[in-house]
Amino acid sequence: MNEPLYEITRDPISVEKVIQKVIRNEAGAITTFIGTVREWTNGKRTLFLEYEAYEKMAVKMLDKIGQEIKEKWPNVKCAITHRIGRLEISDIAVVIAISTPHRKDAYEANQYAIERIKEIVPIWKKEYSEDGEIWVGNQLETVSYPLGKPALEELDD
Amino acid sequence: MIKVLFFAHLKDLVGTSELSLEVENITAKELKQILEQKYSITFENYIMIAVNEEYAHSDVKIQNGDTVALIPPVSGG
Repeated sequence: MNEPLYEITRDPISVEKVIQKVIRNEAGAITTFIGTVREWTNGKRTLFLEYEAYEKMAVKMLDKIGQEIKEKWPNVKCAITHRIGRLEISDIAVVIAISTPHRKDAYEANQYAIERIKEIVPIWKKEYSEDGEIWVGNQLETVSYPLGKPALEELDD
Repeated sequence: MIKVLFFAHLKDLVGTSELSLEVENITAKELKQILEQKYSITFENYIMIAVNEEYAHSDVKIQNGDTVALIPPVSGG
């Protein structure tokens, strides 16, 4: 039952298993975020995605996000699993489960977690579309660039 | 000896995911420059550096035995 709270996996994610990790007596609320593979983005059709991670660092950064959440919200428990490898449309890419005594904190902390994942966790997706394949975030002047960088002050932590 | 890791489009660009380098007393920024010359490429300033799985400033000293990763903007989630 002592499974890690922060995981990178190549296998399909069980939402229930992630939720189980944060269930506890003090909790009165559990929020889950489930990120899935979207078929259409701005009129462009995605066929499938290939996720790659710097696994060792990704787990460290997920853990760091968990620590940040503990500092910001009282009595919170957080579990995150991100899948890598080839994912088809509607496959689950990431599951975040947060438990807190009251619902407001669980919602807020969960949103914080996904935003931070998109900023600091070294995971990249390659998008295969009808036009070919492209690493998301590798084109100049896309919105993903500034978001991909942690803020400088965070580097001093 | 240090280990250098490349990911996503950088891996495609340099043609390998990992290499070993014999360097001494250099900063992360200087390592970037060495790699740029070696592969005739330019790392844009949005490429981050991680030393031993932690984000690092460009003036951090790289030590023998370190693992240095070049981190393109992330796109997980």
